Amino acid sequence: MTPAGPSRQGWGFLAPALIWTCAFFILPFLVMGAMSFATLEGRTLVWGLSLENYIELGQKAYLWRAVLVSLEITLTVTVVSVVLAYPLAWIIAYRVPQRWQRLVLLLAILPFWTSYVVRSYAWLLVLAREGVINQTLIGAGLLAEPVTLANTRFATVTGFVHFFVMLLTLTIYANLVQLPANYRKAATDLGANAFQTFWHVILPLTLPGIVTGAFLTFVLCIGDYVTPQILGGNNELTVPQVIMVQLGRRADFPLASALAIVLMALVTVVYLLSSRWLRLDRL
Amino acid sequence: MKHLTSYFMCTTALCFVAGAAAAQEELNALVWCDHTDPALIQPFEEANNVKVNLREYEGTGAALALLEQSRPGDWDVLVIDGIDVFRAVEAGVLAPMPEGAVSTADFFPQVVMEENNTVDGVTYAVTEKFGYNTISYNADKVDAADMESLSTVWSEKYEGRISIYDYYLPVMGLAAIAEGVATAEIGAGDMDAIGGVLSTMRSRAASVAGVVAAQTALATGEVDIVVGGGEWLTAVLAEEQPNLTWTIPKEGAVRWAQSIGVVEGSENPDLAVEFIKYIVSPEGQARLATSSCFWGMPANAKAGEVLTDAQKDILRWDSQPDYLALTQLYPAPDADLDIEMQDLWLETLQQ
Repeated sequence: MTPAGPSRQGWGFLAPALIWTCAFFILPFLVMGAMSFATLEGRTLVWGLSLENYIELGQKAYLWRAVLVSLEITLTVTVVSVVLAYPLAWIIAYRVPQRWQRLVLLLAILPFWTSYVVRSYAWLLVLAREGVINQTLIGAGLLAEPVTLANTRFATVTGFVHFFVMLLTLTIYANLVQLPANYRKAATDLGANAFQTFWHVILPLTLPGIVTGAFLTFVLCIGDYVTPQILGGNNELTVPQVIMVQLGRRADFPLASALAIVLMALVTVVYLLSSRWLRLDRL
Repeated sequence: MKHLTSYFMCTTALCFVAGAAAAQEELNALVWCDHTDPALIQPFEEANNVKVNLREYEGTGAALALLEQSRPGDWDVLVIDGIDVFRAVEAGVLAPMPEGAVSTADFFPQVVMEENNTVDGVTYAVTEKFGYNTISYNADKVDAADMESLSTVWSEKYEGRISIYDYYLPVMGLAAIAEGVATAEIGAGDMDAIGGVLSTMRSRAASVAGVVAAQTALATGEVDIVVGGGEWLTAVLAEEQPNLTWTIPKEGAVRWAQSIGVVEGSENPDLAVEFIKYIVSPEGQARLATSSCFWGMPANAKAGEVLTDAQKDILRWDSQPDYLALTQLYPAPDADLDIEMQDLWLETLQQ
């Protein structure tokens, strides 16, 4: 006896989501994939199965370096955000009284309420030579001259981390509060100290929350244009910035599509690597 | 009865409003940000009982792609970089201007730019605004004499205090001028020399910034010099920070110009021409020149009769003859050279 497929009513409920996914994800993705094998002759788009754009990607140093820069920044942001978010989520879940937890979470996600662009420009002002950080350090006698913080990779990573720590805090917190308190008590009863309890019990059980948050951080960070554009000062280009150049001036949709496919491939690889622990249903 | 009368009056009023709204014509314009200033658009809307829908774009490529993907009639007016008019004509997105519809008799002769706005004897666009990509700087922080020569602007003395305007054509034009190459004569053989200058410039710069970022960097003291800046960068800050100024070095600088034309297939070609006539009229030109997004010189010299003395001082109206003589138009590379220039620019950014 084989299990029955979705009923007519089931398909009816599924239809809006399926149509939406096909119209706004699968179809555009297929067009983009086909476009990446097309070429531009003058201003004329020539459809075909040319690998020219992918070959160009390997030949032009600024293109493959953009891929490397994107990967380096994204991995740094992901690691730093996890390291900062875990203790924060731990404190909120286990140290903050339950009645205050909602308020603390609300405060934690407050930065999400402001415009992404405004927040990036705000960081630019904070990190500027005449900005709050430099002036405070100079005022405290710790610096004689302002140091360059804005328009650097440090600034880009800072802007990203500010945003993604909040996202990771939420996913890790959601995981932590689902763990029964008995697990920690049982570990203690069996003679484990605080570190051993964390390392052998809590951390493995919260891996899905960490990996889910880290995966979302990776996806959002590697495709972001605004933060590196505003905070990085164009001192190094990421893939989305290079894509914008291809579109803005040249209208070179085939090369821009090939770059976008590379981004998709990177995200797919990361998804496959992390799929064992991914629990998007926990969001 | 009273209620019924009120109801009748209300519905009649609503029908009247709806009818008026339906009667109001609409004009769709693809523009640069300086056209989005209500002070510029509202007088035209009120005078012609028309609603002007504006959409900003960045980069000619993006505009051409948008137009090519639109249905005929979606757009009526296009504002475009003066050197890219021929690209728009090649792409078939600009319609010929009706002969004699827009007079350029009062324009500064150097910016009529018939060679750019006319293809095979047919005029497709008209220059509306111009200015300079040159050197903007903070007069309190740098030696003004150093800014008078391109050889000293990006010298070691100003390492880390420079921002480069993020548009390859004017900056590469400045690099070419620094090397003694006329912008109109830039060829593939000049790429090494231009690349050398760019590389030096880049190594001394703190950032490569767009309009807002460059303005912010200069205004907040993050940098003291913007290579590729000009009146369009500092004029809107003139009141609050008069120390932010600009100059044209003795070697010269690059002149930008924007053109405006009617989109091919426009459903309101007459209204589109009326809009262009308004934009290049002395009143429209004065408003466009002092737009809240960025200032620039009006193409029509008669705008001088409308602008205030203070506005003309900021635009350096009286110095225009010297500036026009000293500056060169944007480089206008063909498609192959354009790709080569962009590659060189991106390689320099990634160095």
